[in-house]
Amino acid sequence: MAEVYTSSIINAPAERVWARIRDFNALPAWHPLIAESRIEGGAPSDQVGCVRDFRLRDGGRIREKLLALSDYEFSCSYSILESHMGVENYVATLKLTPVTDGNRTFAEWSAEFDCAAEAESQLVSDIGGDVFQGGFDALKKHFGT
Amino acid sequence: MVEVRRSTVIDAPIEEVWRILRDFNGHDRWHPAVAESRLTGARFTDQVGSVRDFRLTGGERVKEQLLSLSDKSRSFSYAIVESDVPLNDYVAHVALKPVTDGRRTFWDWRSKFRPPAGREQELAQLVAEGVYDAGFSAVRALVSGSASRSAHPASPAAGSIEGQAIVVQRHGGPEELVMETVQVPPPGSGEIRLRHTAIGVNFIDVYCRTGYFDLLKPPGVPGMEAAGVVLDVGPGVTHLRVGDRVGYACPPVGAYASHRTMPADLVFQLPEDVSDETAAASLLKAMTAEFLLHQVHPLQADETVLVYAPAGGVGRMLCQWASHLGARVIGATSSPEKAAAARAAGAETVILPGEISLEAQVMEVTAGHGADVIFDAVGRDSFGHSLRALAIQGHLVSYGQASGPVGTWDIGALSSRSATISRPNFGHYTDTPEKVHEITSRVFDALRAGVISVEIGQRVALADAAKAHRDLEGRSTTGSTILIPGESS
Repeated sequence: MAEVYTSSIINAPAERVWARIRDFNALPAWHPLIAESRIEGGAPSDQVGCVRDFRLRDGGRIREKLLALSDYEFSCSYSILESHMGVENYVATLKLTPVTDGNRTFAEWSAEFDCAAEAESQLVSDIGGDVFQGGFDALKKHFGT
Repeated sequence: MVEVRRSTVIDAPIEEVWRILRDFNGHDRWHPAVAESRLTGARFTDQVGSVRDFRLTGGERVKEQLLSLSDKSRSFSYAIVESDVPLNDYVAHVALKPVTDGRRTFWDWRSKFRPPAGREQELAQLVAEGVYDAGFSAVRALVSGSASRSAHPASPAAGSIEGQAIVVQRHGGPEELVMETVQVPPPGSGEIRLRHTAIGVNFIDVYCRTGYFDLLKPPGVPGMEAAGVVLDVGPGVTHLRVGDRVGYACPPVGAYASHRTMPADLVFQLPEDVSDETAAASLLKAMTAEFLLHQVHPLQADETVLVYAPAGGVGRMLCQWASHLGARVIGATSSPEKAAAARAAGAETVILPGEISLEAQVMEVTAGHGADVIFDAVGRDSFGHSLRALAIQGHLVSYGQASGPVGTWDIGALSSRSATISRPNFGHYTDTPEKVHEITSRVFDALRAGVISVEIGQRVALADAAKAHRDLEGRSTTGSTILIPGESS
């Protein structure tokens, strides 16, 4: 089982950061790697169990299922149903925690998955860097320093 | 049930912060509220079930038991089992998490407890600010201190550059201000390295030199205000770039130096129309005047203000800014020359030492009303006069003690005026980037509009810092004093 963990500090209150990322269908609006997204079957994007089908800017397509959503804990978990990445049993969680000192946000994005042993280090670095850190960098840029 | 939750970010790797927090009985070495602690009920500090029996600096006894400890999640829980402070059923949880971009540490501290009815707010505040926030600050100072100590004088670390600094080897008189060659290390996480162009001299530097304020532990470099240029930027610093013109007015001390490595969070860019010398000469004083007049006592246009030392650094700006806000300003000073300077700064009336007391003079010029607010940084010699010069429901703001400590007073005496007394501390108004940004925005606006101005009375070579202190303490300076690095004495 491979694990990825990325965390960052976003210079905005957790409520505001959460408002930007809560929508399971909103990746294209805030994540630079994602070109377009839709929710299958017209389900509401906050219905646990709904599936997002999105396309990356490089053309790849991924389907992910919403496993958990908590407005109380500012967290969201999802699994990958289908992708070109060569991962299995992929479950990820994106979670925000308020930093009371300075009214900022501690953001964590973690994932666990199975994959071919020779692909693991590259996948860990791509997911932790391009996907998770890339998303955080976009949020930091959006909310300013 | 009351729930308290505080969190912060420490500019140090998680291993370093965890090493400090993991020792359940070690809090008396870093927490300012803990006087002494000893372990009972177990032999080891990391033994779950052990009890720490400690005394607070206020005298109260508390016993707390370790309920869980995890090196995996870098967290622990504990409960109060006995306490002089009524925090009933108190269970707390401390957790650290790495901030992977920048090698910093997120620290979460939370608890639940059952306070006696009516004391919820008071005890929640005590826990949140007196225990958790104070603990955050102490550990932050500890890790930043170890970072600068490990690379301080004469142990050239890789990438260090050579600089000149005024190093105080022991607390004492101006003669302790001696120039030395020092190694200035490259910036660590959250730090920048600066080349100073102008350094402000303030009375607080004298208190640091003498040891009256606990801000400088010898050997150390005094000074809390300067302008300069950013030479290098450490990891995690995003608001400054190499080559930026910057200024600061904040602890930790260390400004009396040609070059310096310091935390970046309270350092800010200078606007193009504010020169380095103006910034170094005015930031601390103008920021002080700003929060005194807008936060400590939001000044109203019809109020009468008494300002001591109206020709001095902060006093002059208080006169300028208060008269701009429409208040009636009375200056209290010691010589006709200074009286003229006070009038030029906006004092409508100036009081000089005379046959009748200061308070009698104030009553005379206010037709018996007194001063609605008094800004007093003189301290021992003025405090009693200030109390008697106040209007009914007046506000005495004691923000310094140039003549010595104010001493002990019976607050019953305040009832003769229904007086309010404030003792603000610069650090509490300027300890976050947000607060500094707000204050400096208003300061720069006021400088631009000519509401306040700074007069640089003395430009002194950094090497002659001792002379600058002698003159300041001898009250023979006019306007601000700045130190210029690199000039021969």
